[in-house]
Amino acid sequence: MSAIDLAQVTIARGGREILRNISVNIRRGEFVGVLGPNGAGKTTLFRTILGLQPIQSGRLEVFGAAPRRGNPAIGYMPQTRIGQTGQNLRGFDILANAANGHHFGLPISSRVIRDDVAAALQAVDATELAARPIATLSGGQRQRLLLAAALLGSPKLLLLDEPLISLDPAAQASIIALIHRLAETRGLTVLFAAHDINPLLGVMDRVLYLSGGNAAIGAVDEVVTAAALSKLYGADIEVIRAAGRIFVVSDTADHHHECGHA
Amino acid sequence: MNAAMLEYDFMRHAFAAAGIVAILSGLVGYFLVLRGQAFAGHALSHVGFAGATGAILIGASPLAGMLAVTTLGGVLMGALGEKLAQRDIAIGVILTLSLGLGLLFLHFFTAYATQATALLFGDVLGVSVNTIYQLLLLTTVCLTILAVISRPLLFASVSPELAEAKGVNLRRQSLIFLGLAGLTTAACAQIVGVLLVFALMIGPAAAAQRLTTRVIPGLALSAGLALAQAWTGIALSYLTDWPASFWIAALSGGTYLLTLALIRN
Ligand SMILES: Nc1ncnc2c1ncn2[C@@H]1O[C@H](COP(=O)(O)OP(=O)(O)OP(=O)(O)O)[C@@H](O)[C@H]1O
Ligand SMILES: [Mg+2]
Repeated sequence: MSAIDLAQVTIARGGREILRNISVNIRRGEFVGVLGPNGAGKTTLFRTILGLQPIQSGRLEVFGAAPRRGNPAIGYMPQTRIGQTGQNLRGFDILANAANGHHFGLPISSRVIRDDVAAALQAVDATELAARPIATLSGGQRQRLLLAAALLGSPKLLLLDEPLISLDPAAQASIIALIHRLAETRGLTVLFAAHDINPLLGVMDRVLYLSGGNAAIGAVDEVVTAAALSKLYGADIEVIRAAGRIFVVSDTADHHHECGHA
Repeated sequence: MNAAMLEYDFMRHAFAAAGIVAILSGLVGYFLVLRGQAFAGHALSHVGFAGATGAILIGASPLAGMLAVTTLGGVLMGALGEKLAQRDIAIGVILTLSLGLGLLFLHFFTAYATQATALLFGDVLGVSVNTIYQLLLLTTVCLTILAVISRPLLFASVSPELAEAKGVNLRRQSLIFLGLAGLTTAACAQIVGVLLVFALMIGPAAAAQRLTTRVIPGLALSAGLALAQAWTGIALSYLTDWPASFWIAALSGGTYLLTLALIRN
């Protein structure tokens, strides 16, 4: 049974085709790393699965149904982070509001909601952090609160848009281990967008590469090869494996951010 | 304090009108500050000045004129998008144009110089019973709308991408809220004048958000501070014979500066 099924899907934004005729099937319980250069369409793909972005042609099913806004089966961690406004609010209140914020009414939360928030905070080990205003938290600490927000309402699918951004290697490893453990114990399907493939090597089942409107999905050994990536990028790509790490290298400066860095 | 002040009708009216408006301003202002739209609120009041003077020019009620244009201005700002409502330059230009336009309207009616002062700096001691009823109605409508939208509004303000994914219409929230802010600005201008709406709409809310990190206590504190400052300001005005708007502005600014000095984060 598939969690997400895209068949010959084309997605356009502002009149430009971002993803062209892509077919991708993601099984339930899979942990899929989503990679690709800036502007490849990782965020766009997530927004489409969330029902925020219509598809131009093809067929897309999320748990066997058409995508729809507010789908409670999906937990989402946006790339643009919360906290530009409301810096003085404590994390707990922000999460409690996120749990039922799409309903009309006063910003008060029921016992059930507060318990859900407390459980989500405990799952990411951020109970103490949530008592502090978010202005006083570090990037990694905020990331954990956002992960807790994505867990509210017990979703079956997590769309995590670059959770590793601005984290040091130790924090990266710890948040990946956390997400991996949660996915295992809860049977979650995870789409994890990232710019470096290496931190995900031990945990992901398959990798989805997006580039130039195309998509390639498969095991790391199948997709992350010189031949497969060169075809996807339409440029000469070299893949170097050394000391258990993978380095994707291209001649053009465009792809430099693709390179795994230690 | 001096209980004798309550023997005068104009003082009772002043306390009633200021009390109603202060609570509305404190609550709506909380969201303005949270959303980083304080300056937009300030600009709306200047738009309201042009509306009020324009209304005087055509022989209509200044309050009606102000309400019409501030609401329209707010809704337009909301419709133009979340981003614009936070853009200082665009807002500053609207603000300046409105003030200039208001000045031009006044120019044609030099006899209304006192009315201009009342519009700009407020005239809380001159509030009529009729105005109190109007403010009460306005406040009831605004607070009802705010009660209905406050939860999704908070969500849209603090985590817009997440709110959108959960099905909140960001554009609609922004539009309704800035319309509300427009109405509140007009009400507020009746007490402290268009130039000093910051005193009731922004000062108490900003102080409250420094004093508590929680939402409901923050809202309550914001409304409570606005009420306390408005009433204390009027009482001090009675005792000193200085303008009430001055005292309210001083208390509002003073309280905020105090929270800055006392709480550092
Ligand atoms: N609102 C928009 N209107 C039109 N085009 C857009 C809009 N947002 C993004 N795009 C375009 O869609 C393409 C895909 O963007 P997207 O954000 O999905 O890329 P991404 O893979 O997430 O990149 P990044 O790694 O930088 O986050 C880009 O070319 C971008 O310019
Ligand atoms: Mg992106």
